[in-house]
Amino acid sequence: MSTHVHTYDALVVGGGGAGLMAAVHLTRQPGLRTAVLSKLYPTRSHTGAAQGGISASLGNMEEEKDSWEWHAFDTVKGGDYLGDQDAIEIMCREAPEVVYDLEHMGLPFSRTDDGKIAQRRFGGHTQNYGESLVRRSCYAADRTGHMILQTLYQQSIKHGVRFFDEFQVVDLLIDDGECRGAVALELRTGDLHVFRSKALVFATGGYGRIWEITSNAITLTGDGLFVSARCGVPLEDMEFFQFHPTGIWKLGILITEGVRGEGGILRNSEGERFMERYAPSLKDLASRDVVSRAIYKEIRAGRGIDGKRYVHLDATHLGADVIEKKLPEIADFCRTYLGIDPVTDPMPVQPTAHYAMGGIPTDIQGAVLAMDGSVIRGLYAAGECACVSVHGANRLGANSLLDLVVFGRRAGMAMADHCEAAELLPVGDDPAGRARADLERLWATAGKDGEKAAEIRREMSELMMSNVSVFRTEELLIEAKQKLAELKERADRIAIDDPSRAFNLDLTEAWETQGMVALAQVITECALNRTESRGAHSREDFPDRDDENWLKHTLAVLRDGTVEIGYKPVSFTRFEPMERVY
Amino acid sequence: MRVKFKIYRYQPEVREEPYFDTFEFDAEPTDRILDGLNHIRWQLDGTLVLRRSCQHGICGSDAMRINGVNRLACKVLIGDVGARITIEPLMGFKVIKDLVVDMDDFFDQYRSVLPYMITEQPPPEAERLQSPAEREVYDDTTKCILCAACTTACPSFWSNRDFVGPAAIVQAHRFIFDSRDEGTDERLEVLGERDGVWRCRTIFNCTEACPRDIKITRAIGEVKKAIALKGA
Repeated sequence: MSTHVHTYDALVVGGGGAGLMAAVHLTRQPGLRTAVLSKLYPTRSHTGAAQGGISASLGNMEEEKDSWEWHAFDTVKGGDYLGDQDAIEIMCREAPEVVYDLEHMGLPFSRTDDGKIAQRRFGGHTQNYGESLVRRSCYAADRTGHMILQTLYQQSIKHGVRFFDEFQVVDLLIDDGECRGAVALELRTGDLHVFRSKALVFATGGYGRIWEITSNAITLTGDGLFVSARCGVPLEDMEFFQFHPTGIWKLGILITEGVRGEGGILRNSEGERFMERYAPSLKDLASRDVVSRAIYKEIRAGRGIDGKRYVHLDATHLGADVIEKKLPEIADFCRTYLGIDPVTDPMPVQPTAHYAMGGIPTDIQGAVLAMDGSVIRGLYAAGECACVSVHGANRLGANSLLDLVVFGRRAGMAMADHCEAAELLPVGDDPAGRARADLERLWATAGKDGEKAAEIRREMSELMMSNVSVFRTEELLIEAKQKLAELKERADRIAIDDPSRAFNLDLTEAWETQGMVALAQVITECALNRTESRGAHSREDFPDRDDENWLKHTLAVLRDGTVEIGYKPVSFTRFEPMERVY
Repeated sequence: MRVKFKIYRYQPEVREEPYFDTFEFDAEPTDRILDGLNHIRWQLDGTLVLRRSCQHGICGSDAMRINGVNRLACKVLIGDVGARITIEPLMGFKVIKDLVVDMDDFFDQYRSVLPYMITEQPPPEAERLQSPAEREVYDDTTKCILCAACTTACPSFWSNRDFVGPAAIVQAHRFIFDSRDEGTDERLEVLGERDGVWRCRTIFNCTEACPRDIKITRAIGEVKKAIALKGA
């Protein structure tokens, strides 16, 4: 197995919104050598699947007032008071600036009649601290994420960023509490590459593929988290994973919250607008955790459509013009995959695993934090793989695109500063040794008898869907823990079919599967540990929020296959915890 | 339904020449072609290789020839194609392995048209204004996902690999007709050259191939017209 060595000042791992935003800002520092590694071509990244918008209190809509403080309050409340308020203030304050920055880079936002950036309603975004809904989500039809990804890729090309496309990161080089680079597998050749760097940012996205029904791309396997955790980096708030209320039934493909933002209504088998019962004020636009639980409860009560596990999202009253102009992508999905037309038919939807609130803990500059709260020098994280934490226990819609551009930018700028002062640190004699051993072990199984990665993935994702999803109990979680321990053992005995070096998808999927099982174990352990209900973490055996004992972040460290748990205080600035009602 | 997938295979580490493999299994008519390919990979033959990611037509990874036509495997249902399905890699690029083709030239051609906003004026503090009508002019070409289905369906590209190709022209169109952009002259110069828009013979294959329903031939026509007007 050939090994190559490269040296850069700054290394960006992941070519989605957060990674490219960091890269673009790194190039604004003259003389800095920056490279982006992506296991895909960057334009294939899942930022491109985000539909509805990016939140910023521009107040562009017909004199409808908005303020960053209201945005911050909504975000804190949406996160059920677990979000760090210093970070949330920064995000909401910087939101207008980054949205204008994107517009200046050429992002083709939809426009108001007077030519400004158009905005729409989104769940949980309100005026005057919860009084009424506000149009805060800036959008480009229902392909906002696609336009952000394209725009940032264009800018990266303009500024001469060096790309290593189809390079999959398989190890991180951390020694003495300092990051020295990463090891990547070149998919096209099967060679290993050591990338030495002064500063490295992980922007590797989420891990929705751990669940059976998910809106996430098949490539969202949590690689960055797994690689970090193996190096002793803690993971924060892993028990909080968002189920988006409206995935296409059985497929999980996202139907944007923008449908409800434009006036779409959820209905049960009796045709009832059931959200009026669960959230009398914001109704269908309550926060996502609230709506997903309501859908599950309706289904449990036998009011799923035709007794099945879905409800209807009804947009038929919006008219063809609104749907074709403002929601063309979802109209296309419905016609392609369901053979129905949202102009005339309601859409069958069910909650779908969508977004990780938890991740690699960072400070407000994106610098990664160790268990004791100290900074791991030279290592940064941004976007969905990171936990700043701005989303707390539940993310508001349109806040993820905002998170990744705000904190991608901050990480890029902090890395540029770091590179100016820092020296390139030495690496050992064989920095790729561990990665090579892992991969050669898998290669050596080719054609032999053993467990099949696809079967382990199927069992894991079904188990996580039934036991560790919208509603949880001690009994379900203990069962999941036991079964995951078995799956972990089996994952160690995976055998692959493909012996070849070039483009060995069989091998990379097996490696990803081993990583996902480990992350599923962390998630389950953290969910079992937190004996309260908060945001997306809903324990039926502990149905109330318990601020006295649990107003704190979880930190989990993987040590020799077991999960050790610690805590971190929540940062408060201006909003005291209140009862959360929508 | 019982389906028969006939798949182009190229495994240069094992066998010098490409060949076809056939797989028969039961599938639902509502399954995507990609579901069928995943089924083969996960149940029948783990050595089959393709690119895939989002699985709902927005990332552009899985463009391939399905019964001779360029499509995204995740946006075509088995029931819409029938029981006999032939899968081949995109035409005109070097095949690396099975359905995976070399995209380097494609992205080089994309880069050659300066696919980014070019402005001389410093931006205002807030957004640049653009009316809904100005925004509408280039809306269609902003949908492009760089899947290469159009370029590899183009006979002009097949006969001359230096032709910049429909995808790159679509990306250029998106800026040429954006009221905020000031790089039109530079781009039209690139596209006015020998391997630029004039290699297009208005065959419409690109428009038919586009999984995003972009009216590509029309967009190319608009660029041709802009070059002609500039020359006049």
